[in-house]
Amino acid sequence: MKKLMLGNEAVARGAYEAGASVAAAYPGTPSTEITENMAKYDDIYSEWSPNEKVALEVAVGASIAGARAICSMKQVGLNVAADPLFTASYTGVNGGLVIMVADDPGMHSSQNEQDSRFYARASKVPMLEPSDSQECKDFVKEAFKLSEEYDCPVLVRLTTRIAHSQSIVEMGEREAYDLKEYSKDPNKYVMMPAMAKKRHVEVEKRMGALKEYSSSTPLNRIEWGSKEVGVITSGIAYQYAREALGNVSYLKLGMVYPLPEKLIANFAKEVKRLYVIEELEPFIEDYVRKMGIKVVGKEQLPVIGELSAEIIRERLLNQFLETSIILNESVPARPPVMCPGCPHRGTFYVLKKLKLNVSGDIGCYTLGALAPIEAMDTCVCMGASIGMTHGMEKARGASFSRKTVAVLGDSTFIHSGITGLIDIVYNKGNSTVIILDNSITGMTGHQHNPATGYTIKGEPTKQVDLVKLANAVGVERVRVVDPFNLKELEEAVSEEINAAEPSVIIARRPCALLKHVKYEGPLRINAEKCRKCKRCMSIGCPSIVDRGECIEINETLCVGCRLCTNVCSFDAIEKAGGNDEES
Amino acid sequence: MKNLNIMLVGVGGQGTLLASRVLGAVAMKESYDVKVSEVHGMSQRGGSVVTYVKFGDKVYSPLIEKGEADIIIAFEKLEALRWFDYLKEGGKMLVNEQKINPMPVITGKAKYPERILEKLKSVFKNTVSIDALSIAKQCGNIKTVNMVLIGLMAKSTDIEKSIWMDTIRDTVPQKLVDVNLRAFEAGYCAG
Repeated sequence: MKKLMLGNEAVARGAYEAGASVAAAYPGTPSTEITENMAKYDDIYSEWSPNEKVALEVAVGASIAGARAICSMKQVGLNVAADPLFTASYTGVNGGLVIMVADDPGMHSSQNEQDSRFYARASKVPMLEPSDSQECKDFVKEAFKLSEEYDCPVLVRLTTRIAHSQSIVEMGEREAYDLKEYSKDPNKYVMMPAMAKKRHVEVEKRMGALKEYSSSTPLNRIEWGSKEVGVITSGIAYQYAREALGNVSYLKLGMVYPLPEKLIANFAKEVKRLYVIEELEPFIEDYVRKMGIKVVGKEQLPVIGELSAEIIRERLLNQFLETSIILNESVPARPPVMCPGCPHRGTFYVLKKLKLNVSGDIGCYTLGALAPIEAMDTCVCMGASIGMTHGMEKARGASFSRKTVAVLGDSTFIHSGITGLIDIVYNKGNSTVIILDNSITGMTGHQHNPATGYTIKGEPTKQVDLVKLANAVGVERVRVVDPFNLKELEEAVSEEINAAEPSVIIARRPCALLKHVKYEGPLRINAEKCRKCKRCMSIGCPSIVDRGECIEINETLCVGCRLCTNVCSFDAIEKAGGNDEES
Repeated sequence: MKNLNIMLVGVGGQGTLLASRVLGAVAMKESYDVKVSEVHGMSQRGGSVVTYVKFGDKVYSPLIEKGEADIIIAFEKLEALRWFDYLKEGGKMLVNEQKINPMPVITGKAKYPERILEKLKSVFKNTVSIDALSIAKQCGNIKTVNMVLIGLMAKSTDIEKSIWMDTIRDTVPQKLVDVNLRAFEAGYCAG
């Protein structure tokens, strides 16, 4: 049977067909749907782990216990999981172990544009890279086999356009996979210096064998066309190159580490002019150059952002699009915004009003850095808000600390904010941490986490009690506030930043997009009462619009959260389509 | 056949993703090679979003480049203007007359361009505009703007109406099938 599938869905299908039985991940765009789809298979144990490091450790454990296991993350997640990765490379596997990493060239939803192929080389782990959904499925199955055959984890790299493009996939049956026998083997699985030294030798042997394999596997294939031009490429860049250059010759690499030296040499000999077309860093190109082969690559193609057929045509063929259709019109940008009804809006209104320095973090609330709120000063990586605010305090002292807060979401706090909080307590800091608890992992599209009380499959489970947790690590000043109660929140923040000890404020209100959150429906502005003071506009809600002659609420956007009524001094905002009973 | 390239452009939250999935599924039923490129993550939060649907004998790149789109379905007027240069000469522009102010306009840093439809029509004679929001409201759910626009588009293809309707039945949640089909029908008749 054939089905149109996202690359991510096809990865899950591949793991299912390969007989995998354990899947772990922390959500992160563009990798999230892999594990969401994994959870739909009853035969696979799936989980959202607190962070990528734990997720990979779960998968490594499952593999050593004899199961086929898969772990998925976005590019920056691999930084978090790098610690187990480098040593799992030494231990090798028992059941097959596949690590999915989704890079985000063009930074559609990321804080950097790192090229994860370097991790394959650095950790001495092979890496495959599919070019469409069918290959996503096929390569994952192949990766499980390779993992067992060469006794190593296997990385499979996606990029946004592979992960989030749908193409047709031929589905197969699930392989019956019996758990491999488990036996104690400290020489293989206990990585103390004496054992690790021996394992490193095995790692080098394996990489040598994989290099040979790379030149013979059908994962790497030559598609002969005109030999005037030869293109070495992989992943989505292969599709762009095909689109732009048509019938030339291609060496399409499905295995990007180790690279197939013999195959590259043979291919290069046959073609007159050789291009390497790859997104981001010159990973393949540098290797080809090191082999002493003349090649055209990044001197003409960008290392920044995504490639496209258009860029390839312009840079390599000097072909520019000619168009006669021109509209001289300046089109205003449309940056993403916090949704109408977003609970974070209340918190940022207060932080802006108090003119605080805000050490921010990763999530929907990072949008608090953009106009008109502009209340966030920093955003580096998951959980960084807390450590950074502590660092700011230690650098600039108590007076600075009294004007500074850390802000992060519930899921981000669990991911890696907890350790920062412990640091503040342990090292006698006074910082104030605001946990924006919206009862869900929001930006990645509503995944459960340890603070929501539900598993990935929606089953009820123990819920981390954030108040008790903060108490337990030594924070005595902990309070829970509704971020739409602006007065109470403002008082809480003012008091806690002035306290000479660490504080945690939990700003708790569920995400407005959650199904169980029901607001009363659109509001409107009573033109007779409105004095056009525009205070309602200061909350930065996209449904409140200045029409010049009046302020108006866009009824198709407004959900009726009533945050704006809390800032209006003239009682001018009421329920649309009837009398406002509450006012 | 030569590939057909369709772009769906709009504002995050307007339902472009579901619409593109309907398109993709219809194309697959017609036995074409299909690629649908979606947007997830941050820009879904009220930002400018674009989805590409390509089908034909063989599709390589999932993206549509400038001057390559046969059809652009714009869920919002300003977004039609933002992406118009992706339309090929003689291409078709289907525009929802809805206006959603972006934040720079709300904060007064930029102006929402005037007479957008007029301008588009002056360069693309195949520009069709409808008030899909009002039609969706009349059908009983303002979230069905996407199906109104799919209906409008379906009318201009050779693909049988029943295939579209079957696909919508398979794609939307069970309890919303009726209202979505009503919206599709209304869009189809508006074309």
